[in-house]
Amino acid sequence: MIKLSTAQLWVHDQDEALEFYTTKLGMEVRSDVTMPELGNFRWLTVGPPSQPEISIVLMAIPGPPVMDAETTDQVKSLMAKGFAGTVFFTTDDVYGDYEALKSRGVDFSEAPEERPYGVDSGFHDPSGNSFRLTQVRELSGV
Amino acid sequence: MPLRDPSRVVPVAFVPADRHLLRAKDLADARYFESLDVDDLARAAGLSRAHFSREFRRAFGESPHAYLLTRRLERAAALLRTTDRSVADVCFSVGLQSLGSFTTSFTRTFGVPPTAYRAKFPPASDWARVPTCVVRAYGRPQRSTFREDNGAARS
Repeated sequence: MIKLSTAQLWVHDQDEALEFYTTKLGMEVRSDVTMPELGNFRWLTVGPPSQPEISIVLMAIPGPPVMDAETTDQVKSLMAKGFAGTVFFTTDDVYGDYEALKSRGVDFSEAPEERPYGVDSGFHDPSGNSFRLTQVRELSGV
Repeated sequence: MPLRDPSRVVPVAFVPADRHLLRAKDLADARYFESLDVDDLARAAGLSRAHFSREFRRAFGESPHAYLLTRRLERAAALLRTTDRSVADVCFSVGLQSLGSFTTSFTRTFGVPPTAYRAKFPPASDWARVPTCVVRAYGRPQRSTFREDNGAARS
């Protein structure tokens, strides 16, 4: 059976990202190793404590020879504009989590807003990656 | 004094006392890496420290201090297995303040000191599921010149 395991995000600075994802978003480190044989590539993954089988790999934007300078700039530009991809979180208390995350310095672009499917909010990480935080409304049986 | 009109009494939702204890337990599980102590957990449960400790032990079978400490030690053991951080770094990453106390508690719980515990497992890099695309991209040797370039200059 194929299951979702890990999603990848580019980040500008892995230490900055680690601080954000753990102390502000409340994720825990799953793996953090630096590999000298790969030019000190750092494999850094985090995940929600309640979902041990799922993680996000926070990957530093490489330069040459892994990625040419023009492509590096394109990646950074996409991230800065918020188009590099979005990760969706759900919660059973969006208003409570919104206040808690805001008090820890998370930068919300959208405060919680009523939608047909529930209450939805949005924020970015320090690198510009987009996130949704949604309390999904349970559908009544038909 | 007029009697209270029973039809105007607003029903109050009954919340089992254990729900408050669970809130404190969730706080320990979620924010163990902060400088939390039993007083913080008691505050989250809305109880006095003494009452909270008794009720927590009744509900969950161990004292809140033991629960918080074992949560931190369990996370520390995971970090020792899955990262290459120093023992001191691991200690502080799980919200503990004293390296000496951490080592003592860890050894008492796991039977071996943190460094020996780490040595019982493969290196963290073996656990890291670094995909082959990354190995191929980041493992490419860098060479400033190739013989073929000199061939073009010669012809």
